[in-house]
Amino acid sequence: MAYMKRSPWIIHYDGSSCNGCDIEVLACLTPLYDVERFGIINTGNPKHADIFVVTGSVNEQNREVIRNIYEQMPQPKVVVALGICACSGGVFRECYNVEGGMDKVIPVDVYVPGCPVRPEQIIDGVVKALGVLEEKRARMKSGAPAEATV
Amino acid sequence: MDILLFLLLAPLIAAVLLYVLPNHPVRDWLVRLAAVAIAGASLYLLATAFNKGTQLVVFPTEPAGLVMTGLAVLIALFILAMGVKYRKPVAIALALVQTALLLWFEFVYAPGMHAEHNLFVDEFSIVMALIIGVIGSAICVYAVPYMRTFQAQHAEVPDRRRMFFFVLFVFLSAMFGIVFSNNLSWLFFFWEVTTLCSFVLIGYTKTTEAIDNSFLALQMNLLGGVGFAAALLWLGMTQGTIELDKLVGAGAAVALVPATLISFAGLTKSAQLPFSSWLLGAMVAPTPVSALLHSSTMVKAGVYAIVKFAPVLSGTLPGLFVGLVGGVTFLAASAIAVTQSNAKRVLAYSTVANLGLVVACAGIGTYEAVWAAILLIIFHAVAKSLLFLGVGTVEHQVHSRDIEDMAGLVTRMPRVGVMMLIGMAGMYLAPMGMLISKWATLRAFIHAPGGILFLLLIAFGSAVTVFFWAKWMGLIIARPNRAENIESRVPREELIVLGLLALLVVGVSLLFPWISRLLLEPYVFGLYGKIAELGQDNVIIMLLMMGTILLLPLSLLYFRTGRHKLKPYMGGRPTSSDMHFAGSLGIEREMGLHNYYLEDWFGEKRTFRAGVAVTALLIVLMFAGLVNAGGFA
Amino acid sequence: MNLLYAVAFIILAPLVGGLIAGVDRKLTARMQGRMGPPVLQPFYDVGKLLEKEHVVVALSQNYFVLAYLIFIAFSGALFFSGGDLLLVVFALTLAHVLLVLGAYAATSPYSFIGAERELIQLMAYEPMVILAAAGFYIATGSFYVTDIAAFPRPLIVLLPGIFIGLFYVLTMKLRKSPFDIATSHHAHQEIVKGVTTEFSGSTLGMVEVAHWYETVFLLGLFWLFFAWSPAIALIAVAILYLAEIFIDNATARVKWGFALRSIWAVTLVLSALNLVALQYFGGL
Repeated sequence: MAYMKRSPWIIHYDGSSCNGCDIEVLACLTPLYDVERFGIINTGNPKHADIFVVTGSVNEQNREVIRNIYEQMPQPKVVVALGICACSGGVFRECYNVEGGMDKVIPVDVYVPGCPVRPEQIIDGVVKALGVLEEKRARMKSGAPAEATV
Repeated sequence: MDILLFLLLAPLIAAVLLYVLPNHPVRDWLVRLAAVAIAGASLYLLATAFNKGTQLVVFPTEPAGLVMTGLAVLIALFILAMGVKYRKPVAIALALVQTALLLWFEFVYAPGMHAEHNLFVDEFSIVMALIIGVIGSAICVYAVPYMRTFQAQHAEVPDRRRMFFFVLFVFLSAMFGIVFSNNLSWLFFFWEVTTLCSFVLIGYTKTTEAIDNSFLALQMNLLGGVGFAAALLWLGMTQGTIELDKLVGAGAAVALVPATLISFAGLTKSAQLPFSSWLLGAMVAPTPVSALLHSSTMVKAGVYAIVKFAPVLSGTLPGLFVGLVGGVTFLAASAIAVTQSNAKRVLAYSTVANLGLVVACAGIGTYEAVWAAILLIIFHAVAKSLLFLGVGTVEHQVHSRDIEDMAGLVTRMPRVGVMMLIGMAGMYLAPMGMLISKWATLRAFIHAPGGILFLLLIAFGSAVTVFFWAKWMGLIIARPNRAENIESRVPREELIVLGLLALLVVGVSLLFPWISRLLLEPYVFGLYGKIAELGQDNVIIMLLMMGTILLLPLSLLYFRTGRHKLKPYMGGRPTSSDMHFAGSLGIEREMGLHNYYLEDWFGEKRTFRAGVAVTALLIVLMFAGLVNAGGFA
Repeated sequence: MNLLYAVAFIILAPLVGGLIAGVDRKLTARMQGRMGPPVLQPFYDVGKLLEKEHVVVALSQNYFVLAYLIFIAFSGALFFSGGDLLLVVFALTLAHVLLVLGAYAATSPYSFIGAERELIQLMAYEPMVILAAAGFYIATGSFYVTDIAAFPRPLIVLLPGIFIGLFYVLTMKLRKSPFDIATSHHAHQEIVKGVTTEFSGSTLGMVEVAHWYETVFLLGLFWLFFAWSPAIALIAVAILYLAEIFIDNATARVKWGFALRSIWAVTLVLSALNLVALQYFGGL
C-alpha cells in the first residue's frame, strides 16, 4: 500500500526567485521531460499537494506566505528547495532584506542546488523526495508524527 | 355536518373574543387554545370524512344568505370609505363596479336560483382544511411571540394587536368558508372577506408604503372579484346552476364561461403574472401574515378555485391559456428570485412561481395534472410557511432580512438554521415533497396538448430554482467569520412552531404515498374515473433516498474525530481566526463572500416587464378563446 | 428493475470509470506529444489520497462529500438497474447540490466561487437533461431505462437533436474544457481548484470516485441512443469519449457567461425542434 510514491502532487511557489528556476520547473512539464510519467501533477493548491517545491530565498514579504502554504499541506509532506537561493540564499544571501534559504522558515527535506537548476536535477530531487515521503508515510502509519521532531 | 359549522364558526368566536380582550397573557392563551381547537377539529374532519367521498350538505340559505349580502355591502362601504380617506380612485371604482354587479345578481337573479346544497366536503377540501387548520393555526401561535417582539422592536408602529389577531382568525374562518362552500355566491362572499383581511393586514404598520401596498393588493383582488361577480351574473343570466358540484359536473359546454371568469379571479388572487406585484408589496406586512395569507393559505384559494374547475378547463383554449399564464409565471418568477437578496422577496417570488406551476397543472386539467397540482399545494404550503416563519425569527435576531446577513446561520442559530435548510430542501431537492410533485407535474405536462411548451417552461424554470435555493442554503451553512451563538434569544414558542413545521415537511414527504392513496387518488378518481399515482417501486426508491438523507447526518459522529482543522486557503496569505488578513499596502481587510445574483441576466425590472407583457397577452387570448369555446382538443 | 445490475454498477463502475480516466490521461498526453502517466494512475492517485492525513476546514464538509458520493452512486445504480429516468436525474441533481454545499461549508474564497460556478453549471445543463428524459419518454412511451433500452428502433434517429444537445452538455458534465468552469482536471486554474479547493485526502478521493461513477453513468446515458445494437453502442460511446478528449485538448476554457448562454441556446433550439417534430410526426 505505498501509493504515496506513485502519485506525488506538487505545489510550486516562487519565493523571491529570479524566475530562472521556475522556468526550469515548467520545463519539466513539457513533452521533453514530462514528469506526469511519474504521476507528478502540479496542483497549485497546497491542500492537494504532497511536495512543496519552492524556489528563491526567504525575505520579509514571503516568510509568512511560505509558512502558510506549508501549514496548509496535509501530512505526509516534503519540501524540496530548488536552486541555490532556496538552499542557502545564494547570491542574495547578504542582501539587507534576505533572511537566507528556505530552511530558515520551514523544514527542508531535499536540497537541489544550481543556478538555475536543470530539469534533470529537479526530477532527481523530486524522486529523492519520494523516498522521504514514503518514510514519513510509514512513520505516520505506525502512529508517530510524520515529521521527525528536531 | 356539525364539524364544518364548527370550523366556520369557532375562529369567528375566537376572533371576537380576541378583539375584546386587552394585551394580556390571557389573550395569548386564548390564541393557543383556539389554534389547538381548530387544528384538532380539522384533524377530526380528516378522520371522519376521508373515506366518504364528496358529501353535500343541505344548509338553509335564507338567513345565512341575507347576512352575507348585508356583510358584503358593509365590506364594500368600508372599502369605499378607506378609498375616499386615502384618495384611491381606482379602488373606489373597482369596489363600485363589483358591488353593483353583485347587487344586480343578488336582487335580480339570486331569488330565482335555488341552491340545494350550500356546503360540501370532499377530499380536496379536506386537504385544504388541513392546511388551513394545522399550518394556519401553527402560524397564529407563532404570531403571539412574534408580534410581541415586533412591537418591542418597532416602537413607532401603533400597537394594533387586538385588531391583528381579530383579523387573523376571521381570515381562518373565511378560508374554511371558501373550501367548504358549494354555493358559488357564498364562495364569493368568503373570497371577498379574505381580500379584505389581506388589505387590512398589509396595512398594519400604517406607513405610507404599507398603505400604498395594501391598496395595490386590494385593487388587484377587487379586479379579480369583478371577474368572479361577472361569473355569478353570467350564471344568473343563463339560468345556470350556482352550485359548484353541478357546475363542474356540467362540463365545458355549459361551465366554460364562468370557469374562465373565476380562473381570472383565481389568477389575481394567487398573484400570477401580470398581477404579481401586489404579493411583492404585501411583504411589508408582519411575517406571520406573509406566511399565512401570502404563501400557505389565501393565495392558495386562487389556485384552489382554478383546480376545482380543472375538469372544465381541460382541453379547452381558455384552459390552455390559463395554464400557460401559470407556466410563464413559473419561469419568470423563478428567474427573478435569483436576483433578489431580500429573503422575503425571494420567498414571495418563489411562492408566485410555485403557484404558477399549480395553475399550469390546473389549466391542463388532466387527471395526472390535477393530482400533481394538489400535491404541489400541500408540499408548498408546508415548506413555505416554515421558511417564512424562519426568516421572521432570523430577522428579529439579526435585524436584517437580507440573505447575505444569514451567512453562517447554522453556527449562529443552529436549530433555526437547520430547520430552514429542511424547508429549503423541501422546496426543490429530491426526495423531498416539492420534487415529488415536480416529477408528477413533468409527467402530466408530457401528456398534455401543447405539452412541449410546458415542458420547456418547467425545465428551465426548475433549473433556475435549483440555483437560487442552493446558493441560499450555501450561505446558511458557510462558516461565519465570527461565530457567536445567539439562538438563546429566540422565544421558545417560535422554536416549537418551527420545529413542528419542520417535522411536517419531513413527515409529508415520508407519508405522501398514504396522503395520495387516502385523499388524492379518490378525489381524482371521483372526477375522472382514472387513478394517477407513482409506481410502487418509485415510492420505495423515494423512501430509500429519504431514509439515506435522514441517516447521513450520523456520519458526522465519525467525521467529528481525528480531523486536523485548518483555515481556508487564502492564496497563501495568513489570516486571523476571524478571517482578517493583510491586504495590499499592508491594509488589514476582512474576508467577505457574496452570492451571485446574475442581475444582468434576470434583472427584476426587465424580466417582470417581459413576463407581464406575455401573460397579459395570454389573458386576452384566454378570453378570446371563449369565443371558440370547446373547439380545442 | 434489477437489483443485480445495481450491485454490479456499484462494484464495477469505479473500476471502469478509473480505467477510462487513466486512458483519458494517457491519450491526452499522447495528443500533446508526451508519454503520459501509467493507465492505472488514477487508482494510484486515489490510493495516495486515502493515505493522507484528514484535514478539514469545517467538519460538515466531509459529510456533504460523503453524501455526494452516495447519491452519485445511487443515481447510477438506479439507472443501470433500469429505474425511472426522471428519478435518476433528480437524484443526480441532489448529489451535485450536496457537493456544492460541501464547498460552501468550507468557506474559502476559491471554493465559494467554485460552488457558485458549479451551481451555474447545474443551472446550465439541468434543462437539457430533463428534456432528454422527456424526449426518451415521448419516443418510447416509458421513463424506465429498462424499457428505453429495450426499444427496438434506433433512438438516435428519433432523437438527433436531443443527442447533440446532450453531447454539448457532456463536456461540462465531464469537467472538460471549454466548460470546466467550476473545477478542472488540469493543473492551474484561475480559481485554484474551485469546488474541490478545500477537499483533501480521503475527501478528495471520494470526489474522484464519484466522478468515475458519473462518467460511467453518463456513457450509459449515451448508450441508450444506440441500445438497439450493443456493438454499435459500444463503438459510438467510445467515439463520443474520444471526441470529448479531443475537444478538451483543442479548446480553451470559456467564461461562465458564455457557457451558460450557449448551452441554454443549444438546449432550447435543438430539444424544442426535436421534441415538437417527434410529437407530431411519430412517437407516442
